[in-house]
Amino acid sequence: MSTNEFYSLKVNGVDHHVSDAWIGESLLYVLRERLGLPGSKGACEQGECGSCTVFIDGAAVCSCLVMAASAVESEIATVEGLNADGTLTDVQEAFVTEGAVQCGFCTPGLVMAVHHLLDENDSPSELEVKEALSGNICRCTGYGRIFAAVDKVVAVRRGALS
Amino acid sequence: MSSVKTKRDVLGTSSLRPDGGAKVKGDFAFTSDLHAENMLWGATLRSPHPHARIVSIDTTAAWKIAGVECIVTADDVPGQLTYGLISSDQPVFAKDVVRYMGEPIAAVAADHPETCRRALAAITVVYEVLPVLFDPELAIGDDFEPIHPDGNLIRQQRIVHGDTSVVGDVIVEGHYVIGMQDQAFLGTESALALPDADGQGVEVFVATQWLHEDQKQMAACLNLPTERVRLVLGGVGGAFGAREDISLQVHTALLALRTSRPVKMQYGREESFFGHVHRHPATVWMRHHATNEGKIVKIEARFVFDGGAYASTSAAVLINGVTHTQGPYKCPVAVVDGYAVRTNNPPCGAMRGFGVVQACFAHEGQMDKLAAAVGTDPVSIRLMNAMETGDLLITGQPVESVAPVARLIRETNEIPLPPDLAIDANELDLPGGSGITAERKHIRRGIGWGVSIKNIMYSEGFDDYSTARCTLSDGKVVLKFATSEVGQGFVTLAPQIARSVLGVTDAVCDTIDTQIGSAGSTSASRQTWMSGGAVDGACRLVRERLFELVGAQQNIEPIRFAIEDDEIVDTAGTFRMSVIEASQGITISETFEHHHRKTEELDENGQGNCHVAFAFVAHRAVVDVDPELGLVKVVQIATAQDVGQVLNPLSVLGQIEGGIAQGLGLAVMEEIIVQEGRVRNPSFTDYLLPTALDAPVVVARMIEEYEPQAPLGAKGVGEPPCISVTPAIVAAIRDAIGKDIDRCPVRPQDICL
Repeated sequence: MSTNEFYSLKVNGVDHHVSDAWIGESLLYVLRERLGLPGSKGACEQGECGSCTVFIDGAAVCSCLVMAASAVESEIATVEGLNADGTLTDVQEAFVTEGAVQCGFCTPGLVMAVHHLLDENDSPSELEVKEALSGNICRCTGYGRIFAAVDKVVAVRRGALS
Repeated sequence: MSSVKTKRDVLGTSSLRPDGGAKVKGDFAFTSDLHAENMLWGATLRSPHPHARIVSIDTTAAWKIAGVECIVTADDVPGQLTYGLISSDQPVFAKDVVRYMGEPIAAVAADHPETCRRALAAITVVYEVLPVLFDPELAIGDDFEPIHPDGNLIRQQRIVHGDTSVVGDVIVEGHYVIGMQDQAFLGTESALALPDADGQGVEVFVATQWLHEDQKQMAACLNLPTERVRLVLGGVGGAFGAREDISLQVHTALLALRTSRPVKMQYGREESFFGHVHRHPATVWMRHHATNEGKIVKIEARFVFDGGAYASTSAAVLINGVTHTQGPYKCPVAVVDGYAVRTNNPPCGAMRGFGVVQACFAHEGQMDKLAAAVGTDPVSIRLMNAMETGDLLITGQPVESVAPVARLIRETNEIPLPPDLAIDANELDLPGGSGITAERKHIRRGIGWGVSIKNIMYSEGFDDYSTARCTLSDGKVVLKFATSEVGQGFVTLAPQIARSVLGVTDAVCDTIDTQIGSAGSTSASRQTWMSGGAVDGACRLVRERLFELVGAQQNIEPIRFAIEDDEIVDTAGTFRMSVIEASQGITISETFEHHHRKTEELDENGQGNCHVAFAFVAHRAVVDVDPELGLVKVVQIATAQDVGQVLNPLSVLGQIEGGIAQGLGLAVMEEIIVQEGRVRNPSFTDYLLPTALDAPVVVARMIEEYEPQAPLGAKGVGEPPCISVTPAIVAAIRDAIGKDIDRCPVRPQDICL
């Protein structure tokens, strides 16, 4: 059932060896249970809720839908990689100050989704924000404070530029 | 708060969550993130049938699978074989009969989740399928053989109030149907059990709403002394009522005790749909009698709540439903019959709104019918009948709470309506969104209203007290309580209370566990009032002790002291000393239990002061509807909510917006589909939840009227937002298409067929 072969995953710039893994394990499972990176959350196992959002080669994906072994050649980025220097990113900071966090289970996935959105589009319209975040379900906030956090980051980044 | 000089996060400020930083970084440890050395995984075998006799269970093949360490069934339960919040009627494992699809039959512990899955598949259970009781009406009489030794009727309650011979000039009647909603918290059920070395006890990290109630029920089933079942709150990913009942707690602890190894259990999403209770589906009939002007003179009603296979909190949900029949309106006469019944459908219990959601959907539908019948509008009919402090409920209980119902309606009505849908509106903004299914010319806009009353705290004589300890040392405060933090923000509020009462800046929360008295459940919008009261009381006791100490040192009567910002001041002299200085080198620790006032049980006519207090809210919904495809977009929700004193504006707004989204879900998309006892959509692909695209613009006003009964003047704010928004949205759909819709959620076929 298990294999003695191992493979390597490059996560947040660091190579991790994965040994004795079952071939069917999802990237989410391997990150959480084998590599000690539990920041990505599992809440639906079918790509509906976005709690497990990570970047693979820059694309935001649901890690529950990716077989870990298929990501060997890729650059994987998880929420844990956002704080290499120990400080919060502007998106994380805005989530805290704008009240976008309640239970927090959806939060790491949403933080990743917002980073991805704003990296691609520095001044999204209201509809673009909603479209971009519609793959991330939050059951606590009703999304209002999450939109406020996005607006805050956009405004601050714009201010920093001008 | 104007006298505050320093920027301390006292009451009234939008103090930020102390766990916010950890949560945005992914560092916060949810229960499902926990690990232990040498840990096994647990999993549960569940019934595929809604009703069947268990002929045999054969675990032989499963035991042979490498990595399987333990298999337990009903025969292995060392203590009480059943559990339950109100009556102990639910088996830890089904033994002779299964009564709902998904009922646990066995549990396994193994080295990997996949080994668990294979082990479950290798257990052979032979069933003899039995007739399914799926129609709640059949459960009321003697038409169907009892499916449980306790019978098919869980509880019946009648309310008879006033001169029932009264007949109104105008009579309106309606039948309403409320679907089964799921709490759908994001963090599924999870627990990690660590057995004591002597095998005579267990420590369990669990995501729950009420540690002490879990502890009590677990100890009984495990046949252990209560103190040998120690519970610690693991990080909780939302709750909304679904964590009030036992799910995997006993199973996980039992596997850990049998294997002498740590065991972790965690449900997947599909299993979660079977692993917790849901909101009761209900049918409600109401007949309102009124004067020609529209004043209510009598309400007749009949409620049937489908409790599913086990009692859970159905008895209390029923009482909440029937006692809120009138809504936030004056009503002198009522005849109400309510039934909570047992069926082979999924068990139902607590969900945000707890029985009042169902009552509100019906009474608000009735108010609109009444407005139409007497030729007035939805706002006028509600203002005309609005309840006030001092009014009697149909239970004979006076409403002693602040009851600003008319003000809520007026303030909501003052909120500007959204702009009309532009002729050239972006097609993505139309109902159907990015499906691009709608044409602008077909879209119709509607406006609807919903107003509600909700009891807060537990009812019917139950003393749901809360306990807290405050320890002050060197200017720092540590707060200890067993209050479940499920996302609502009590860990934010508690330090705010300490800062306000004691003048400190540094206030933190200790581990939340059973090493202190009960806090009661994080439900019924009660923790700000109850645990807030307990923290406030403990902090005040510490303050008294501090004043005594400083008074003795300074030869000043302690009664002359007050806290002003971060200092102790002599109100009759010039002495001042910072709290930090005054508490250097000393430790003062005090524990306080907060009890609410006593309530009563209802008599056979449903009369009695059964509730503690009430909160009110008004909602106005604006929707766009595509009548051809039956699609709805909720454009705006305007709301004014009776909150008492606002203790943390950001937290209150979060509750309002979050509750509205859940109420929107019940209005237009969320329903567990059950056919003859079988759940047809146990996944997030098929059970639809509101996404960012479904979120309406919310314009909220917090109506601050200090509640004298509440320890901090604040009412609970968690439940009201989700209650009347559902009927408001459905009323707006009716308004848009001119069709009588009597059910929620509203499905496309309800609109276009």
